[in-house]
Amino acid sequence: MRIICCGNPARGDDGAGTLVAQQLRDFGIEAEICFGEALELIEAWTGANDVIVVDSVETGAALGTVWRWDGRKASFPTDHSASTHGLGLSAAVQLARVLGRLPERLQIYGIEGRRFEYGTEVSPELKLAVEQVVRELAKRTSSHWGARLDVL
Amino acid sequence: MSGHTRTIRVDTLARVEGEGALYIKLVGERVADVKLKIYEPPRFFEAFLRGRHFSEAPDIAARICGICPIAYQMSAIHAIERALGTRIDPAVRRLRRLFYCGEWIESHTLHVYMLHAPDFLGYPDAIAMAKDHRIVVERALRLKKIGNRIVTLLGGREIHPISAAVGGFYKVPTKQRLRELVEDLEWALEASLETVRWTATLEFPDFEQDYEFVALRHPGEYPFNEGRLVSNRGLDIDAAEYEDHFVELHVKHSNALHSVLRGRGSYLVGPMARFNLNFDKLPEVAQQAARDVKLAVPVNNPFRSIMVRAVEIVFACAEALRIIREYEPPPLPRVEVPNQAGVGHAITEAPRGILYHRYAMDEKGLIIAARIIPPTSQNQKRIEDDLRDYAARLVAWPPEEASWKCEQAIRNYDPCISCATHTLKLTLERAEDDGSNP
Repeated sequence: MRIICCGNPARGDDGAGTLVAQQLRDFGIEAEICFGEALELIEAWTGANDVIVVDSVETGAALGTVWRWDGRKASFPTDHSASTHGLGLSAAVQLARVLGRLPERLQIYGIEGRRFEYGTEVSPELKLAVEQVVRELAKRTSSHWGARLDVL
Repeated sequence: MSGHTRTIRVDTLARVEGEGALYIKLVGERVADVKLKIYEPPRFFEAFLRGRHFSEAPDIAARICGICPIAYQMSAIHAIERALGTRIDPAVRRLRRLFYCGEWIESHTLHVYMLHAPDFLGYPDAIAMAKDHRIVVERALRLKKIGNRIVTLLGGREIHPISAAVGGFYKVPTKQRLRELVEDLEWALEASLETVRWTATLEFPDFEQDYEFVALRHPGEYPFNEGRLVSNRGLDIDAAEYEDHFVELHVKHSNALHSVLRGRGSYLVGPMARFNLNFDKLPEVAQQAARDVKLAVPVNNPFRSIMVRAVEIVFACAEALRIIREYEPPPLPRVEVPNQAGVGHAITEAPRGILYHRYAMDEKGLIIAARIIPPTSQNQKRIEDDLRDYAARLVAWPPEEASWKCEQAIRNYDPCISCATHTLKLTLERAEDDGSNP
């Protein structure tokens, strides 16, 4: 299993993904961090069958809502990624589908954000969402990396 | 960045990077007005840097742009080193050039293949293009990854590189770690040559402009982070003289400032300027690649910038290989830089053009003033000038096609908004010419 967390920690709620990665690493769970640029993402999941991507999103739902999507299915809302670059997660999924480079399993966690301006911190509401995602991922992956579930 | 964090709200910055808007007013058959609105983050960072120690500046500056963080780091470091009279080891200087190679490979590959090429091939985006050009997109993926490997190795982590410092690097790679890149870079060099040939097969509109090209020029090398600032109309200055010759103008329609050459107007920075002013400094493999596709100085058609970017990928791959093959680690990763008061200026060549930084420090090494002028704001007026001429050809076109053509013209410059210009909001206003409009 490969966990890839996207975001820019200098851009407010866009930093949610990188917070997830940092907390997972504290528990001994491997998590890659990337900006979320499409080509970078495709390279990041190349070679893995079971991939989880965490990114902040902006769909209009309540701040801190945690979304769970199957990235291989068309139900993934491809126009709602809040990536700071035009070719972001949704483009990565669509492009990988065309190129036959989608992993066998692709689970996407979207954390609903609202403030993406420079210099701001992640909204307090998102910190709870981040912890929720971290707990879920730690439980799912504990057999892989022996996460210290006792501290969760 | 320090552990101390602050929340700063500036309303004009509460917009996602990548927003852009274009307004064109046509009066009869005439283009009466062109306004390009772009978003510019450096203003916020200039304020954010004040009061920080100079050692923090490279990391903070790197956060301005996710596509070219190395350029921001390098301009910040060079300006501060000039202010403090820091002398770096030649091996450190070479590593900084290698760092820049990685960023150019990444940035240019993304733009050439994923953002610009779909325009020329008639696709709405890279995803649609990939359906018919899979091998091409796969080549882009691998090329960009190699640039990313260089940046990650020297930057110390995946995003927001933190290893570059005032005085050198916090950590430098071993010869072995760099040698591991050679095989990939040899492939990348061949792929970049193929990229040049591929871009030469695209069709370009017949559109030439009379530009003042502005770029760094160094006596011994194609410019990255050193040299005098020159133009094809006689400009030849040190970075410290930049603000005597260039002035930034507030324009009502954009948050970004318009940079102009004092008394002369708009100018062009970026690959075409570098190529036209420094062709003789390209390594032979890059010069030959250009000659093979009949890309000759001066290139005055901005649509051909995609070919020039491809040639610069060849240069970046060849230069990276040369540096790695000759690499001997410096005796020390960095020299200690004591606190002292001073003012320093530097210009380096970001993928999309010159990036000017000025810092003033007090005797404790705290920044008391910072000035950052990015390439996109320098090109903004030039983009509008291009569009004014180009839009005149599109008067009779259906609005959707005219919009697309204008977006393509904007992407010639690879502005920081280029990721999002496929969603650029175009307002095309048509009015009858009653003689009352300017």
